[in-house]
Amino acid sequence: MKIVVCVKQVPDTAAKIAVDNGKIAWGDAPLVINPWDEYGVEAALQMKESQGATVTAITIGGESAVDALKHALAMGCDDAILINDPALATMDTQVVAQILSSAVRKLDAVDLVFFGREGVDGNSGLVASQTARLLGFASLTLASVVKFEAGTLRVERATEEGRQIVTSKLPAVMSIVKDYGEPRYPSFMGIRKASKAVIPIWTLADLGMAAPNPVVSTIEILNPPSREVNCEIISGTPGEIADKLVEKILAEKVL
Amino acid sequence: MNIWVFIDHFKGTALPTSWEAVGTAKSLGATVTGLVLGSGVEALAKQAFEYGADSVFLSDDVALTDFRAEVFSATIAAAGADRPDAIILPTNSRGRELAAMLAIDLKSGVLVDVTGLELAGDRLIVTRPIYSGKIMQKEMCSAKPQIVTLRGRAFPKPAQTDGKTGEIRNIPAKLEALTTVEGYATSDGGVSLADAGVIVSGGRGVSNNPSLQPPAGLDEKAAEIWRAQQGFKLVGDLSSVLGAAMGASRAAVDAGYIPYSHQVGQTGKVVSPDLYIACGISGAIQHLAGMRSSKVIVAINKDADAPIFKVARYGVVGDLFTVLPAITEAFKQKLGK
Repeated sequence: MKIVVCVKQVPDTAAKIAVDNGKIAWGDAPLVINPWDEYGVEAALQMKESQGATVTAITIGGESAVDALKHALAMGCDDAILINDPALATMDTQVVAQILSSAVRKLDAVDLVFFGREGVDGNSGLVASQTARLLGFASLTLASVVKFEAGTLRVERATEEGRQIVTSKLPAVMSIVKDYGEPRYPSFMGIRKASKAVIPIWTLADLGMAAPNPVVSTIEILNPPSREVNCEIISGTPGEIADKLVEKILAEKVL
Repeated sequence: MNIWVFIDHFKGTALPTSWEAVGTAKSLGATVTGLVLGSGVEALAKQAFEYGADSVFLSDDVALTDFRAEVFSATIAAAGADRPDAIILPTNSRGRELAAMLAIDLKSGVLVDVTGLELAGDRLIVTRPIYSGKIMQKEMCSAKPQIVTLRGRAFPKPAQTDGKTGEIRNIPAKLEALTTVEGYATSDGGVSLADAGVIVSGGRGVSNNPSLQPPAGLDEKAAEIWRAQQGFKLVGDLSSVLGAAMGASRAAVDAGYIPYSHQVGQTGKVVSPDLYIACGISGAIQHLAGMRSSKVIVAINKDADAPIFKVARYGVVGDLFTVLPAITEAFKQKLGK
């Protein structure tokens, strides 16, 4: 089996994110592999362990994004590719999907492409389905359980209404949610291997692509409206607290 | 301006956000076409008119019984030679995936999880939260149709006008399926977090009731989970009196107290109910990112310095195991339950 896992580098979720001079700033917080993508890597590695496969991690980004790939390699991916091109300074999800689908085609005969459910930065959650659509692959998003038996993929999807069971043939694109199970930590041997890995860089020319044209553009970024909240502390015996609080909540007319 | 609105439903019951989307499209002065796909769903077309749709594209086919994004996208993409200026869908698992595929099939782009919308000529300028609401971003789409998913409860639900009707056009289903829906392994009976007007959430603190004696024979971890389950019972009691959805912090989910589907926060669900009651939740930045846009926040925590009090309108510094049952009882009496 030939497996691709797509990852992204993002600011750590504990970072204090704010708008600074019209740009998004995250202070000195580290850039890390998107936490959701670690579940994608884990699912790819478990598929490799059960079926036998090579797993290639791909990211699009600047040179620093190599660190996200090294994390994936240290977890156990076999190789990694960085897609880096100055023409990719601004992208939308459609452009990202075009690039990733071109990379999957170039790798040739890929059976499965794994993603995390969304980036913790843009919160779009669109790229897995869009990549599937461009490739003509089955799209199995939000998977919490993944099984492959007798040529059929069987997943449980975490939807709003419960765990939906969906099947498809290969090739397929999947996005993996947290219910899948904790991603493994990089092993000591894995970290050593990743630190020595030579990661090839593909440009748009390598993918045979012209610079894609994003249709979604950002006009402005803003800090969210500040919430001036003065917390009113309610005290007394439990019974007194309950009576006062219930009265206040009913007066807010939110029920 | 012509806008198509995807009338999302689960087994024939429309999502409230579908009607919010119809109302939003009408408020832009658009001619609105409802997209009703499914099996035995003609009643939804009737409802779409009553909520404001001018016409409906109906694809009623047993093959559309289960939502499958690739089938629905192909059907909608083939629905009319006259493409609309915009297509609006709800932001949920179906709406997001369908929007994603429509953008590929119709060579356009998606403005996802929108909480604010204005019109500049025939362009939609949308506002949407990114970084789980730590930042707001204004965006537009230069191609057409502009595909937009609306966050639930961010826009008002329009009034329903009984008996209003319109023209229904039947659209053939495009059966280019790549997936098969086999059914449901489990089905969550409770109120969905995204649609909930009231959420009661529990955190790590719910496992700290010192007066509880776990059954004999449990090891330390099992005893902790048993304690937590007793604590979440109190959260659940208040939830059911208020008709609320039950939420949880990441710490509670990671500790195994409650399934992930209840997690509120940056790596869970982002919610904005009218009332959010946080019990035993200290308020990590990732949790606050997921609930701080709630209208009224109530925090119950034994630590007066917990960050949750910085976003709360009302706070109780105290023991949730005595306060929570008292609040549940008081609501029962006041609400006549």
